[in-house]
Amino acid sequence: MAFDSSVFFGALFSTAFLNGALVTVFLALLSHGVGILISIPAALYISGPPSPLRWLVKGVLGVLRGAPTLLQLLFVWNALPQFFPVFREPWFSPFLAAWIALSLNEAAYQTEINRAALGAIDPGQKAAGVALGMTRFQILRKILLPQAVRVALPSTANEFITLLKITSLASVISLSELMSVTSRAVATTFQFTEYYAAALVYYLVMVYVLVFLQSRLERRLVWNTSAAEASPGMLQKAMAFYRRS
Amino acid sequence: MIRVENISKRYGDFLVLDKVSLSIAKGAKVVICGPSGSGKSTLIRCMNYLAPHDTGAVSIDGVEPKNRRACEAVRREVGMVFQNFNLFPHLTILENCILAPMMTRKLSRAAATERAHQYLKRVHIAEQASKYPSQLSGGQQQRVAIARALCMEPKAILFDEPTSALDPEMVGEVLDVMVELAGDGMTMVCVTHEMAFARKVADQIVFMDKGQIVEVAPPEQFFTAPTSARAKTFLSQLQH
Repeated sequence: MAFDSSVFFGALFSTAFLNGALVTVFLALLSHGVGILISIPAALYISGPPSPLRWLVKGVLGVLRGAPTLLQLLFVWNALPQFFPVFREPWFSPFLAAWIALSLNEAAYQTEINRAALGAIDPGQKAAGVALGMTRFQILRKILLPQAVRVALPSTANEFITLLKITSLASVISLSELMSVTSRAVATTFQFTEYYAAALVYYLVMVYVLVFLQSRLERRLVWNTSAAEASPGMLQKAMAFYRRS
Repeated sequence: MIRVENISKRYGDFLVLDKVSLSIAKGAKVVICGPSGSGKSTLIRCMNYLAPHDTGAVSIDGVEPKNRRACEAVRREVGMVFQNFNLFPHLTILENCILAPMMTRKLSRAAATERAHQYLKRVHIAEQASKYPSQLSGGQQQRVAIARALCMEPKAILFDEPTSALDPEMVGEVLDVMVELAGDGMTMVCVTHEMAFARKVADQIVFMDKGQIVEVAPPEQFFTAPTSARAKTFLSQLQH
């Protein structure tokens, strides 16, 4: 079967695919944003001494981490309206359901990343802040978090890439994200290759734009300025590779 | 100005401090020494409530803080220099020095920067202000740590083995700064194994063993004629 490039380019530049990709990106950004907002206090909280409430929080995080994302999506979309009548109103859209489910799921993963990052900081850092008479909040904001961000950044970016791809699961709750747009196009035309290739291009572009931003951010956050000058960015590396070959 | 009254502290089953009392006058230079595990570092960490004591009382200038806020306020008056420097690696030398004065003393950036340059000059490191801690040698980092403590303009400074993590070559430059500081009249409490420094600067040597203060004496007397048997063995070990 031949590859019909006009179908491929038609799909690539169609508003349906573009809209699908935008839904994918926004869903991933919003879910990760909320996930991070929940995860920072959660990571700080579970790092404290054991208590019944901490076990409970850890238990909830464990369920969110352990349950398949697909199950969580279906649960929020189908089961939540059965428990709470408010979710039966028309404002409860597939996007909102996916946002809630993915945010909670992401919060659980991100909490682990943040907990590990906070744990990686030398206890002497906190001691130095305490000895200078800084408050707990000041120590957290000015000393611990800036250092934890640097440790957590690579795993967080990785997590975001995973999340971006996981948003395709939201097609099962009829959200018109990139993958469901693709499936719909395929279902009516049976031109698998062209539409899948167009979707692939979108996913790759989204992921690699993110990888590029991540490497930029990591470079900016390097403590030692000489190390920042010494390690080339992705673009420089790619150009060097191109020149060599 | 620092009063330690009958404090005890346990880590689990281990009694680190056993009813220790010590009084440090304004302007005094006190060196705490003793074998490892004798509770020296814990005692000095009790003096700014970094390691809270279980029983007894610690007061600074007659104030015994009862809550966290009061502890934070008292700590601003008592600087601390750590064995491992504990500089903030994500901040430049200057930023290390101005952070706490700006956050806790509500100094403007300009005023804090001016003060920082003044103290960095005093520890002979003014030209490194824009570098990061990882770009400095151990001795330089420890001098920055001293400047960072000085920027709070504390009434006293606690030194917790300030030269133990340094290469032998760099011990001198840190001790020189400490000697100058002592000459300026700063109240200093120092846990150290540098006996030559103790002899030169201290007006009191506190010798500890097994969580207790065994002997308190002026350096001349302590080094030439210690009264306790434990101090005698400790000093004979140092001769080697």
